[in-house]
Amino acid sequence: MVQPIDLLVETASQTAGPYVHIGCIPSFAGLAGVYPEDLGLSPIAEGAQGEIVTITGAVHDGMGWAMRDAMLESWQADAQGRYPGTPGADPHVSGFCRFAADKDTGEFTLRTVRPGAVALPDGRRMAPHISLWIVARGINIGLQTRIYFEDEDNSADPLLARIEQRPRVETLIAKKTGEGRFRFDIRLQGAGETVFLDL
Amino acid sequence: MTGTGRLMPRRREVHPVASDPDYKTSVSRAPTWPLLSMESTPSEETGPRFGHSLIGPLDNNLILNFTQGQAPAVGERIRVHGRVLDETGRPVPHTLVEIWQANAGGRYRHVKDTYFAPLDPNFGGCGRTLTDGEGRYEFLTIRPGAYPWPNRANDWRPMHIHFSVFGHAFGQRLITQMYFEGDPLIARCPIAATVRDRSQLDRLVAPLDLQNSRPMDYLAYKFDIVLRGRRQTMFENKPQGM
Repeated sequence: MVQPIDLLVETASQTAGPYVHIGCIPSFAGLAGVYPEDLGLSPIAEGAQGEIVTITGAVHDGMGWAMRDAMLESWQADAQGRYPGTPGADPHVSGFCRFAADKDTGEFTLRTVRPGAVALPDGRRMAPHISLWIVARGINIGLQTRIYFEDEDNSADPLLARIEQRPRVETLIAKKTGEGRFRFDIRLQGAGETVFLDL
Repeated sequence: MTGTGRLMPRRREVHPVASDPDYKTSVSRAPTWPLLSMESTPSEETGPRFGHSLIGPLDNNLILNFTQGQAPAVGERIRVHGRVLDETGRPVPHTLVEIWQANAGGRYRHVKDTYFAPLDPNFGGCGRTLTDGEGRYEFLTIRPGAYPWPNRANDWRPMHIHFSVFGHAFGQRLITQMYFEGDPLIARCPIAATVRDRSQLDRLVAPLDLQNSRPMDYLAYKFDIVLRGRRQTMFENKPQGM
């Protein structure tokens, strides 16, 4: 016999289901009046430092169908690469946004500031990126991924360097479509399946 | 605050399988490539915080919050309470817990729910609260009804409440469902069955907590939630080999 390891076990995930909006984005469900406003409407407030960028995209299932019932959350650093809540972080950047795929088109839009590169404790730097978390009916545990930017130097990013099949790196890189505008499509399966993360 | 250390790797075997033919929608929505695993970084170790100013006085009272206290919802009155802990057993204080659920007849107040069970004019179906300093939370609500759903020919969801929990790190983010002790539909539910380990599914089933029920008012159900923990060590944040 040995001593027991006295750790608890994480609670199992269950799908967010088709009605996730009731709890998370009530106005999307047609449910008004319980809260003054939905949580996480914008990751930035007036006065946020840095370049404003707008990222549009969709979450595609294995058929390539843009899902109409996905909900996404984003988390990011400010323009200097500081996470909200850490010393010196931009007080106008909450860093958190919650948004839904459009119920008619499946398109989502995230308007935010371009994040800065984030330092790791060992001194390496992660290229500017936005963390994403995706839930929906049929997704049994939230999917983690990241949005990187086509016009940044991503060559030394430690996470992207871990991707063995180099063409897959492209699935994490938002494509520039105009000044301050990017496109980021998420594919759950099939050609160009997005790299999902476990970290 | 539960520290700033690296997150313990997620024990994926605890969680549901991604693709399950008995839960038909999951088949076309499950990634087929393995996940890319890596040590957590500040992007996962930090996360949004929400303050008490966010929470209204009725936010955790689903019996009253849709009518702002004007009229109570129909249904069996229940209190759902518990603690949010992490894997190390520490409470997760001041973290946001959101819930949503069907009404007593099994109908959601959502533009996409077309089940013919009637809406309750006094029930919205969402609630939220922050845990206290010891990680405790509570909601007052009504027991949600079971309902049929389009999957296999005759599938019914057991009574359940959806939970969304933040923790203090984006990598702790969790959505799950709470089931009710004694519900015979749990064992027949293909969504519950995506959790392959029966002992882990059992942890999603809230027991009746009669001692915390209020006589002549409500029954209580206890539901504790465990989020990923952080390693606690001095040997962190140093370059490899040092």
